Amino acid sequence: MNRKAVLLLCILGIFLLILPKITNAYVLSVATLILFFAYTGQAWNVMMGFAGQLSLGHSLYVGVGAYAAAGLFFHYGVGPWAGLWLAIVLCVLLGMLIGFLAFRFSISGVYFALLTIAFAEFTRIGFDHIDWLGGPGGLFIKVAQRDKMDLLNFRGPPAMYYYAILALAAGAFILCFFLLRSRAGYYWQAIRENEEAAQALGINVFRWKMLAVAISSGLTAIAGVFYAFYYNNLFPEQIFHISRSIEIILGPIIGGVGTLFGPILGAAVLTLLADGITELLAAMGLEFPGIKQVFYGVVLLLVVMFLPHGIWPALAKRLGVAR
Amino acid sequence: MLSIKNLDLFYGDAQALDRVSLEVPAGEIVAIVGANGAGKTSLIRTVAGIEKPRAGKIFFKREAIESLESHVICNLGIGQVAEGRQVFPTLSVEENLEMGGLLPRARAKAKQTMAEVYAMFPQLAERQDQLAGTLSGGEQQMLAIGRCLMGNPELIMFDEPSLGLAPLVVQEVLRAIRALNEKGMTILLVEQNVAVSLKISNHAYVLENGSIVMHGKGSDLLHDDRVRQAYMGL
Repeated sequence: MNRKAVLLLCILGIFLLILPKITNAYVLSVATLILFFAYTGQAWNVMMGFAGQLSLGHSLYVGVGAYAAAGLFFHYGVGPWAGLWLAIVLCVLLGMLIGFLAFRFSISGVYFALLTIAFAEFTRIGFDHIDWLGGPGGLFIKVAQRDKMDLLNFRGPPAMYYYAILALAAGAFILCFFLLRSRAGYYWQAIRENEEAAQALGINVFRWKMLAVAISSGLTAIAGVFYAFYYNNLFPEQIFHISRSIEIILGPIIGGVGTLFGPILGAAVLTLLADGITELLAAMGLEFPGIKQVFYGVVLLLVVMFLPHGIWPALAKRLGVAR
Repeated sequence: MLSIKNLDLFYGDAQALDRVSLEVPAGEIVAIVGANGAGKTSLIRTVAGIEKPRAGKIFFKREAIESLESHVICNLGIGQVAEGRQVFPTLSVEENLEMGGLLPRARAKAKQTMAEVYAMFPQLAERQDQLAGTLSGGEQQMLAIGRCLMGNPELIMFDEPSLGLAPLVVQEVLRAIRALNEKGMTILLVEQNVAVSLKISNHAYVLENGSIVMHGKGSDLLHDDRVRQAYMGL
């Protein structure tokens, strides 16, 4: 990273830090959403962007993470700081189970992606039948009092959630920065580029792919816990739905797969534009259900056609900063 | 150095290798020749631990390795230059080489080995920062060899190093293989190009439908009528 990149990063950081002071609640909620997708996109990127393993079922980890922490809180009053660990452990185990099945039996590429969808889907159907967690009717945790801050139970005003997800997104960014430059990062790149050659060089392909899955699913689990305590209600149909997984991966794909800034940029572009269009139409008195999905499709199409590596690599070139 | 005894390999019900036995003594070039589908690549992949044999033994420096995992085998000192070069196209020449030097046995020496590789292949030194995917076929083959050397191997298995290269470039690759051998590297060479591989090898095996049908000194096989008829069209 060169000086210019560091400077840009500092400006962005300061802007994000003072944002709650200078905007209204609506903008803050949009910013929270952007950061949420920036974070999950970064987590997904570890698997796909770094190690080349396409997951189309990351909603699985959001959902299981969310239900794990919310379930503990709802039934036993165990706070999210403890529930977090259960969420991470469960998701890492699930991720490694999927990874083990796929990598041991040489399921790769599209077939691996199908396997990840399958796990997310049957978990969704499974959760519809777990009455203890609300079943299809949903699990509701007590809505936070917006004026009182209770850090221990992660209940508080919107700004608290904003700062929490900001910290997560920043943490994931820093983690990925170092991961890319670590030995694991090198091995992942080799595997992504050419798995056969990586194996021929003596890289333990199985182990490093498993590590990518474990890190990615563990990070995503944290996003799930955040989701549960931010939205306060969980429905299997929503949280495990494949459209959730797609939303997670759109950001990094549009921003630039395998890059550090791609997931952040992609999440910002998508959320801002999608929300902007919905708002604009609403202001004109029009309402199109599903317009967001159509919009995602169009953006994806345009990016794939004109910027196949994503927006960030092209933008980075323009700005003269390293990718 | 490498000793293979009665190796059987199956893909499902199809037998790819049938009681294959061969010896690769230290410091020699041993060639395996044969037609497409004879099992040459399968043999290399089995030695490398990528395929698991149903029966038979593989010894490397007297240690049985047939049940070890491929990354362990690499770290024992068996390198391979896979068929079709297989460089990492979007990484630079230097990064490709670095990848080869990540093996535990090679890590400490990686800097020094890289200098040796650049000395051996000056073209690569000139193109350090170029993306490997933009190199010519011959340069990619040099890079694949260099990357393999980065792993500090004692035995290198070459799978079809002349595949898809212009005749002049083939000569260059073979010269490089010979030069390595003269420095003491043991080499197992698998080739369809029978004439050249018999010429540069000390000992050669003819593989047909998964089994060894003939073996002997390279120069003897080169003048054997059966070999000349079957593989050189003479």
